[in-house]
Amino acid sequence: MEKEKNHSRPVEESDVKDNSRRDFLKKSALMTAVALTPVAAAKAAELHIDERIAGAFEKMPLNVEINGVAHNLMVEPRSTLLDILREQLDLTGTKKGCDLGQCGACTVHVDGHRVNSCLTLGIMVNGKKVTTIEGLAKGNQLHPMQEAFLKHDGFQCGYCTPGQIMSAVACVREGHANSEHEIREYMSGNICRCGAYPNIVNAIQEVKEGGMAI
Amino acid sequence: MKQFQYQRASTQQGVLEAISKPGTKIIAGGTNLVDHMKHGLIAPDKLVDITHLPLKGITPTKTGLHLGTLALNSVVSEDALVLQKQPLLSMALKAGASPQLRNMATVGGNMMQRTRCTYFYDTTMPCNKREPGTGCGAMEGYNRMHAIFGASAQCIAVHPSDMCVALAALDATVIVVGKKGQRHIPFTEFHRLPDDHPELDNHLAKDEMIIGVDIPDNNFAKNSYYLKVRDRQSYAFALVSVAAALDLSGGTIKKARLAMGGVAHKPWRLFEAEKFMEGKSVTEETFKQAAQIALQGAKAYEYNAFKLKLAPASIVEALKQASGLA
Repeated sequence: MEKEKNHSRPVEESDVKDNSRRDFLKKSALMTAVALTPVAAAKAAELHIDERIAGAFEKMPLNVEINGVAHNLMVEPRSTLLDILREQLDLTGTKKGCDLGQCGACTVHVDGHRVNSCLTLGIMVNGKKVTTIEGLAKGNQLHPMQEAFLKHDGFQCGYCTPGQIMSAVACVREGHANSEHEIREYMSGNICRCGAYPNIVNAIQEVKEGGMAI
Repeated sequence: MKQFQYQRASTQQGVLEAISKPGTKIIAGGTNLVDHMKHGLIAPDKLVDITHLPLKGITPTKTGLHLGTLALNSVVSEDALVLQKQPLLSMALKAGASPQLRNMATVGGNMMQRTRCTYFYDTTMPCNKREPGTGCGAMEGYNRMHAIFGASAQCIAVHPSDMCVALAALDATVIVVGKKGQRHIPFTEFHRLPDDHPELDNHLAKDEMIIGVDIPDNNFAKNSYYLKVRDRQSYAFALVSVAAALDLSGGTIKKARLAMGGVAHKPWRLFEAEKFMEGKSVTEETFKQAAQIALQGAKAYEYNAFKLKLAPASIVEALKQASGLA
């Protein structure tokens, strides 16, 4: 039990020497299976039980505020913020496009700054504030950028739209929406395969020119 | 992605301890590292997160400007001191990646990013950089994005950074720390050519970490330009890029700095062309001759011969923009 307790907290420098923990966990998990029956052991190996047990031990606490709500989660270090949002919290507004930081569909705000959540390890946003597309509207009142995208038809299929809108809000807040050229440059990290770009630019320009604090 | 251990470092000493163990990698912005892990190019046993170390600052020094290794690319590109003293660096940073990625990427991470050669990324293809001794897929492959300078029989990949091209032109120095203490590496000597060891991108030892970059003050601010030529207007890697910085007196070039991206395994500083321009007058002819000198020794492969024309044309254009001739 002591072992389990130790490893459910963030690994600090004092743990540096504990390099073979994973191997130990995997081996002990398999040895447990072997102690049962050969069939059980074979089944365990086939189902990667060793990996799963090791994985469960390796979850770490993640304290993060998402759309104003504090969450205390247990996550694998390898889980991206995108996967945690979608798979653990059912916040599926944030989309998985390329999953490689090339398309922008997964754009969210971390402490107010837009980032690609697919390349962000969830464990690294510990203590931070995340805003997703679900956090923009106030109750039934859409965010001005959401209204503008509707008005200007800033999408066709809509898959890239949550990322476009999160990026667009950041673009205006950063002060990078002063001309069509600047908007296009600062929205270049969000790809739209339907090619709704002119309408997206129009939506952003309307919000910018509206001068509203967003 | 394979599972790994995660360690949040709170001291520099803790980082050095951690990276002295094999299989441990530093993570900062993670934009390149996480991408590599997803592609299965590397599978570290442990990541040590350095983002909580106090190395984010952009501070004036007696002789120039210091960038902490954790300063974000977006922050550096819009920093008032950077814009005033080293606008070339700001231009280069803004030409790189996307706003989202620049909000994650750090100075040190940008330096450590690896080639975007498609054969490096494709684990079904041979690649001496990814797996030494397997061969080079690009050599006889679709090598449109590849090097025209300094390549070897083992590797013709290029370094993808824009920021590094500007820092190479601006005579920056890299500050690294290891267990034996600090050392300073001229920026142009930080990255290396592939030679017989393309798996090594730079001269940082395995047990060292970058802590910052120093840029000496200069008189280039008024006449600097970063030109990036790519397949689309934004958010693409350079086919060719040029960092040009001039110190002008009347119509005469007192000092010149010139470096290229997208053409070599490292940011490619053009010392000979710089020397040629010094003392010459600001004319298109001077720039054309400089570009001709710059291209000496260039060698193309099947699909990148266009770079032998694009590179000199880009040098001339960047110099014209920098000098106000354009």
